Amino acid sequence: MPHNTVAVVGAAETTKLGVIPDMSQIQLHADAALNAMADCGLKPKDIDGVATAGETPVQIAHYLGITPTWVDGTSVGGCSFMIHVRHAAAAIEAGLAKTVLVTHGESGRSGIGRVPRPVPASSLNGQFEQPFGPMGPPSLFPIPVLRYMKTYGVTHEQVAMVSVVQREWAAKNPRATFRDPITVEDVLGSRMIAYPFRLLQCCLVTDGGGALILTSADRAKDFPTKPVYILGTGESVETPLVSQMESFTSSRAFSVAGPTALREAGITHKDVDHLMIYDAFAHLPLYGLEDLGFVPRGEAGRFIAERNTAIGGKLPLNTNGGGLSYMHSGMYGMYALQESVRQMRGIAPAQIPGAKISVCHGVGGMFAASGTIIFSNQKP
Amino acid sequence: MPEPGRALPQPTPETKHFWDGTQAGELRLQRCDECSHTYFPPRPFCPKCASRKVSVFAASGRAILDTYVIHHRKVPGFEPPYAIAVVKLAEGPRMMTNIVECAQTPEALQLDMPLEVVFEKQNDTITLPLFRPAKG
Repeated sequence: MPHNTVAVVGAAETTKLGVIPDMSQIQLHADAALNAMADCGLKPKDIDGVATAGETPVQIAHYLGITPTWVDGTSVGGCSFMIHVRHAAAAIEAGLAKTVLVTHGESGRSGIGRVPRPVPASSLNGQFEQPFGPMGPPSLFPIPVLRYMKTYGVTHEQVAMVSVVQREWAAKNPRATFRDPITVEDVLGSRMIAYPFRLLQCCLVTDGGGALILTSADRAKDFPTKPVYILGTGESVETPLVSQMESFTSSRAFSVAGPTALREAGITHKDVDHLMIYDAFAHLPLYGLEDLGFVPRGEAGRFIAERNTAIGGKLPLNTNGGGLSYMHSGMYGMYALQESVRQMRGIAPAQIPGAKISVCHGVGGMFAASGTIIFSNQKP
Repeated sequence: MPEPGRALPQPTPETKHFWDGTQAGELRLQRCDECSHTYFPPRPFCPKCASRKVSVFAASGRAILDTYVIHHRKVPGFEPPYAIAVVKLAEGPRMMTNIVECAQTPEALQLDMPLEVVFEKQNDTITLPLFRPAKG
């Protein structure tokens, strides 16, 4: 498996983020892909591997004019793109492709060119969850939270601090959707969506996309960009039914994906300069910090409330503002990867000085899936 | 009382026994004949040891409230605010449900409170298992 043998050489988001009513979903994929190709000086004929979710690899390869020898359409929610990077690294190492393009594009807010996907009544979700009144992620994802809070004595104020701290990071980012500071009172006073979660504890809904181009570490030196090496990767899935999670105080998928990546990278938690934990909702960083072993069980609420992940803190987290303040189109994993790559390249708006290692951890569905990519900018 | 508009399950060959059960006022679970694992949702095999020798049995209907959200948005068949709950059955498995005969508030919905199943007919083919605070 990859050990510094694969690198990201091209990375870009869509030209615009936020409200993009004049681009269909497939064009958002293409806009990001074109930007990523321009970033590293490649043309479609130079790409021989395609990985994507939201659209299929058939649609993306056709639309962009690519002839692939390797494709991946893993579609397990927002962390699909972490899993694409993992699979792409394995494919490049195995010689199945030389130059892989991973694309994401999503018209989450404007809904242009989106195919609605209702839950079939005969599916497991359709039979055993839908009849009880959920409507989308805000009514399902926070279900484990009350049990987590009771188990560890975490307060509503501590959970609210997740949103407060990330908004501080977003203030440094010109492309963030929301940048004005918020307080714990603002968070707890915002409109109740699904108790215990209010509006400011739920992710945004916006339009946008991103793309990455990966190749072997040997070839990376031939590119105009600063290579970002892949040190370790991990992935797992658990269940499509949030009610069937093995535990409500931990994500089994996180607990497999994260530690697998850390073991492969051969690093300790102290080596990590920068951390992204996909925050579709405000509790995800709490589960991520604990399941990846950054803090002991039950300590994540206090860790964040005591500003350890804030600007100037010892573990900068979600430095773009996250899904809560930066942007979130429905599947957010690609934006987390983009921020990790920017930090490794030294060009992030809220750059962590001297950052060498970034851990980028994502969730898919309602804790249904997980993927972790560990990046480094140190030449192997 | 049937609630118009609530999304209803469509039984499959593997889940038919469960939905026949709720119609008959029974909460049916399956237990593996070989390793005794009790599991949900229904499958004609054991998800622990993969044995195809499993038996259906009627569960006690007793459970505790494991966790929930209180949804404040309107969904067909529901009036906000209403709880979307996960209960832990006395036999082990968990299931998603709603809590009836109880105020839909954090004060009334205490984690670990004892519950019992009630069956709410939706139409001629579907009855849903809901839970209410245990009496006595």
